[in-house]
Amino acid sequence: MPWKRPLSGLYFSGWSVSRFEVMSGSVEMEVQSDDSPMPAAPKSWMRNAMERSGPFCLPDFDHRPGALHSVLGQIQVQFLFRRNDIGRSKAEVAANFINNRIPGVNVTPHFCKIQDKDEDFYRQFHVVVCGLDSVPARRWMNGMLHSLIEYDDDNTPITGTNIPLVDGGTEGLKGNARVILTGTSACIECTLGLYPPQVTYPLCTIANTPRLPEHCIEYVKIIQWPKENPYQCEIDGDDPAHLCWIHEKSVERASHFGITGVDYKLVQGVVKNIIPAVASTNASIAAVCANEVFKLATGVCKPLNDYVVLNQSDGVYTFAFANEKREDCLVCGRKANILNIKEDAKLEELISKLCQDDGARMKNPGLTTNVNGKQMTLYIATVPSIERQTRPNLKKTLTELGLVNGAEIVVADETSPMSMTFKLNFI
Amino acid sequence: MASPGPKSPEQSDRSKKYDRQIRLWGEHGQSRLDLCHVCLVNATTLGTEILKSLVLPGIGAFTIVDGHMTSEKDVEANFFLDSDSVGKSRAEIATKLLMELNSDVRGDFVDESVEQLLNNSPDFFDNFTVVYAVSLPERTLLPLSKKLWSQGIPLIVCRSFDLRLDKPFPALTALVDAINLDSMTLKDHAHIPYVVLLSKALQEYRKRHPGSHPLKKAEKDELKQILKDLKLRDENGDPLEEENFEEAIRAVNAEIQPSIIPSNVTDILNDPCCINLTSKSNPFWITTRALKDFVEGEGGGLLPVRGSLPDMTAETSRYISLLTAYHDQSQRDVESVFRRAQQLLVELNLPPDTITEKDVKHFSKHSHDLHVVRGRSIADEVDPRTANTQEIASQLEDPESLMPLYVIMRGIDRFYTEHNIYPGSFDESLEPDIVELKSIVNKLLAELGISSIGKDDLIHEFCRYGGSELHAVSAFIGGCAAQEGIKFITSQYKPINNTFIYDAMTAQSSIYVL
Ligand SMILES: [Zn+2]
Repeated sequence: MPWKRPLSGLYFSGWSVSRFEVMSGSVEMEVQSDDSPMPAAPKSWMRNAMERSGPFCLPDFDHRPGALHSVLGQIQVQFLFRRNDIGRSKAEVAANFINNRIPGVNVTPHFCKIQDKDEDFYRQFHVVVCGLDSVPARRWMNGMLHSLIEYDDDNTPITGTNIPLVDGGTEGLKGNARVILTGTSACIECTLGLYPPQVTYPLCTIANTPRLPEHCIEYVKIIQWPKENPYQCEIDGDDPAHLCWIHEKSVERASHFGITGVDYKLVQGVVKNIIPAVASTNASIAAVCANEVFKLATGVCKPLNDYVVLNQSDGVYTFAFANEKREDCLVCGRKANILNIKEDAKLEELISKLCQDDGARMKNPGLTTNVNGKQMTLYIATVPSIERQTRPNLKKTLTELGLVNGAEIVVADETSPMSMTFKLNFI
Repeated sequence: MASPGPKSPEQSDRSKKYDRQIRLWGEHGQSRLDLCHVCLVNATTLGTEILKSLVLPGIGAFTIVDGHMTSEKDVEANFFLDSDSVGKSRAEIATKLLMELNSDVRGDFVDESVEQLLNNSPDFFDNFTVVYAVSLPERTLLPLSKKLWSQGIPLIVCRSFDLRLDKPFPALTALVDAINLDSMTLKDHAHIPYVVLLSKALQEYRKRHPGSHPLKKAEKDELKQILKDLKLRDENGDPLEEENFEEAIRAVNAEIQPSIIPSNVTDILNDPCCINLTSKSNPFWITTRALKDFVEGEGGGLLPVRGSLPDMTAETSRYISLLTAYHDQSQRDVESVFRRAQQLLVELNLPPDTITEKDVKHFSKHSHDLHVVRGRSIADEVDPRTANTQEIASQLEDPESLMPLYVIMRGIDRFYTEHNIYPGSFDESLEPDIVELKSIVNKLLAELGISSIGKDDLIHEFCRYGGSELHAVSAFIGGCAAQEGIKFITSQYKPINNTFIYDAMTAQSSIYVL
């Protein structure tokens, strides 16, 4: 098993992880077990299974002592919170609660964004568990863990540098969980198709032929608000004054078109893009994730291969299947990234190619390159001063910018912690 | 149509707290949750995990029945028991820690065993909405199941869309007829709701084939061709791109179904509980009977129209008038069903508020998706004379099936009943336990007239775990079980019928009717 790491003495982590509701939030937490010897009589219920080998065990699993560290990125540990905890860091509350409830476990909270931590931080863990609420954040973590892999001469990941990623998510009564043995199994980037793009309404419908209450709310949100700018700022979905304004204007627009059904709840849902959630589905998906961490950590059983969906609306339905690794994957593929493009294409066409659904699905890429040994910024949208300077480049063709066939472009995007290099191939 | 003025936009604390789940099952479902009372027998890890997922979304109340004292082993695997609780009542501690999760939920406990309760106060279980029994030996489970079996059946409702096109109600026909496809500009033409296009095409189809409805593929293809021919053409005679026509063509397969009553609903309407009402009939069956009378009377053989439409490319005013047509007809239908239900209540000598107009509205809206799931009593399942031997035997022949897990778990139950210990609990007896479990499983199968399953590695695996409860597996099953309870309580979504097997090794699962 190329991904295998020496792990044991991790009962606590596997155990406590199972108590997390995998939901959205903006905190990050580290759960780690204590390195010190275990308390006298713990976990006899699990010891049987772990000490005896069985027909479904991982072959030759290494039972050397070690410690399990796992990161739970952006989790909301819903049931660990009480009313008087409102306003406190979720990571801290959850960590305190677990440390108090389960003797011998040491949970360290980190109240920050996952992107605030560097490679050295993530390198110290044995398993990373994600309950992230957005696809870009997942892609970022996926990119981070893959960047930590070191390969030997045979192009095989070196044991210990490949940290498995366990990922789960829910929407209403549906959920999914997956195990990514980094460098070996299909990664998030290989399977972007599993995460459908968000539902959007065509602009012309919103502007000209609204039919649904949602169309009216979208109109106020994306057209009327920027035009009238009632509070001289961007929409804050948590500000009741903002929501009230949008509510009022949406009702006006709806009644103008004879559309019913705009209420405050719907306004809130559309503006904040609220995804329905229930405790039971979260509990089940969190449990699957925890169980997979337990398997990875102890070798007691082979891990999930590699993706399972759960649907609780008609009976209970689960389906597990293996995804296929893409050889040309930008993150886990071991090939140079080739970008096929016409010689006379403009820079903006190249950027939109990077953002396309069937391509790299980037959000806001920044591009630099090297022309005749000189570093050159092609376009960067995220820094306003540079954006202004480089904006004219968008309308120039690649040749006008001095780019030749085979030139390498370095691309940075929020969907990945590392910049990626693309080699131009003129067609 | 006037839109209602903005209601007081700030939501109550309660709505805010449960916002994300109310978006799933609505205020209607939430208020049912508020009113329900759930009973849990035995506060094991699985039991408390189930209650966790019920207390968080805000059930009204729960009661834990558990005569056990908390042991060291309980504390290790259960998040809702702490180290100070060893030696104290398991029911009491779990109740206390579970109530911490949600101050809206009332919790209560009885530290007696089910056997004692059934003997001393047999009516104890009568007032619960749902009862969960965890880790009960067969000898206790059977009387409890018999007691609860006599109490009635939950109903489950799901949602889906369908459109009634083959038998249009008058307002729809009028609307369709008012639209003259030939006299329109492209902009108008490309904004006709596809429902209207489909209706037009169907009218044309009926003209060509009087009295028939396109069901076969060739017939549907003809309908699609009619739609294509209706498209506007450019000066070269090539059809123009019109998104609404594409929608209509795509919808031919899904929505040109004859508007007959789905068989699941017909079965319910012909159910003896629906036909033979008594003053003890519950509101569900009375409403069902009102529905039946509507179908046989004003409904003209059809269920009430639903008042909703999916979104489709259309110009605003046309979409709205179409929606209004559906909505108004649905309103009239609801009123008829409600009037009939009220008559029935009078005949049965029941108070008129037994069934409200709101209930009927909700009911009629989902009348296409009514399901009654009856399940089977545990007694029938385990008795070799009534057991579903055929299903068990045929599943056991399939190498991929999870049925062996079911059979082995039944074997483990019996092992426990005979030896008062789970197989594999002690290292010394591991090998003998494997042999013993194997023989119990084979005996069990022989009683059902099935030959051995030959899954020795699975039997080995079960013994290896020595009856230990892996927390994560309990948490998974707990989440599923809690949601099944919520389905009963809210009468929404379809529950499992009736045995769900989950294999945590591969994350595969199956459902068997046993
Ligand atoms: Zn990949």
